[in-house]
Amino acid sequence: MIIANNVTKKFGKLVALNNVSATCNNGECIALIGPNGSGKTTLVKCILGMVVPDSGFITFNDKNILHDWLYREHIGYMPQIGRYPENMTIGQILNMMKDIRRTKHSDQFDEDLINAFKIPDLLGKRMRTLSGGTTQKVSASLAFLFNPDVLILDEPTAGLDPLASEILKEKIISEKKKGKLVIITSHILSELDDLVTQVIYMQDGNLLFHKSIDLLRKDTGEEKLSKAIATVMKSK
Amino acid sequence: MKKMRKIIKYVIADILRNKIVIAYTLLLLAISFTVFNLQDNNTKGLLSLMNIVLIIVPLICIIFSTIYVYNSTEFIELLVSQPLQRKHIWISLYSGMAIALTFSFFVGVGIPIIIYSFAPTGLILVGVGLMLTLIFVSIALLAAVYTRDKAKGIGIAVLLWLYFSLIFDGLVLFILFQFADYPLEKPMLVLSGLNPIDMGRILILLKMDVSALMGYTGAVFQSFFGTISGTVITIFVLMLWIFVPVGISLRKFKRKDL
Repeated sequence: MIIANNVTKKFGKLVALNNVSATCNNGECIALIGPNGSGKTTLVKCILGMVVPDSGFITFNDKNILHDWLYREHIGYMPQIGRYPENMTIGQILNMMKDIRRTKHSDQFDEDLINAFKIPDLLGKRMRTLSGGTTQKVSASLAFLFNPDVLILDEPTAGLDPLASEILKEKIISEKKKGKLVIITSHILSELDDLVTQVIYMQDGNLLFHKSIDLLRKDTGEEKLSKAIATVMKSK
Repeated sequence: MKKMRKIIKYVIADILRNKIVIAYTLLLLAISFTVFNLQDNNTKGLLSLMNIVLIIVPLICIIFSTIYVYNSTEFIELLVSQPLQRKHIWISLYSGMAIALTFSFFVGVGIPIIIYSFAPTGLILVGVGLMLTLIFVSIALLAAVYTRDKAKGIGIAVLLWLYFSLIFDGLVLFILFQFADYPLEKPMLVLSGLNPIDMGRILILLKMDVSALMGYTGAVFQSFFGTISGTVITIFVLMLWIFVPVGISLRKFKRKDL
């Protein structure tokens, strides 16, 4: 579904992505793991077209994304730090996004998360007054709102309270069961255990490995993802 | 196109909530009414108003727009990750700011002029002010797209304004004095095309029939700007001043990392 081919991106002298190639298919739940500054977010932003790679290309459903924009109709993106126009209220943001993304064939909105997070009670609040956690809830709701085929979640549970992150996790599992592609970057590995099917490990802009979680467990002899990754990191 | 209209709608709604635009409108209104009520001669009033408009409109437009673009970083980021073309996002942003600022200029200066001095000269002043609004919003986009740092971007915007309203005239004067022995009337015409504020000023002054005060250069200006073809060329050059900066900034924005 999404294929990255030798994607390289430099910010000045810093090599954020170095010849990264990866293939992501429907029904997979991929964990993008790596230390801070390893290029996870840059890779995600490349897929979304927010960062333009220096070389290499990315295809979405076999189409190069470089001059395309309609493919983003199929993506729900939850940024690491959701930044929204400060003067708008939650209700206005939701309405605006619905307004912008409404198409003839999709008038169905998935408002499960909005309701689960009790956002209807907060509709009149301005974005600048929100706490980090509430902003994350809005980001998550927006990512799922349009029933996208692909979900890209950048540090989804950072800043969420345990209750909210449990709700989000359940939502992710139910979407995965529908055969959607889910890409998650996270540092909290213990949360990923019962979610992911594949692991991509990145370091200093290089993609070190892309394995299924079963294979990773077998290779390292560890049942828990966090311990397995720790074993990998030590052996490097 | 439909999506562009939607984005423009949200940009305008956001700007109209912004108190600076309302303050700008009220400031222009206050200045216009004061100027017209101070003098019983409306032409004199118009002349004072012109001097104020030529300073204030570029200043407010360029600085407000630059700051607005930086403050919209979040909004732009949000939109870029949606199924929207970057070109449409950028042009909508420009249109939104341009529409809002031309509207407040029209209310602040246009309406008083229609009340007090509904004559060709007054209408040209309104036209020039509207053009300058569009031009300086366009230049602001250019300043904002090239620098990631907000303080630097605003600094560049202020410098650009300073250049167009003071430094450029200083340079022109310098050239005039250095080459005083040569006939400079024709080169002056070309030179004035390099500064939209100057072009606007010349257009208005010529309509006021005070060109005689400018000596021989004034006569050359009169013979150029006074004709139909001269006016058409002037408007064309002003149009270039609107479209070229937006065009360049758009090309940059399309490849920008967010």
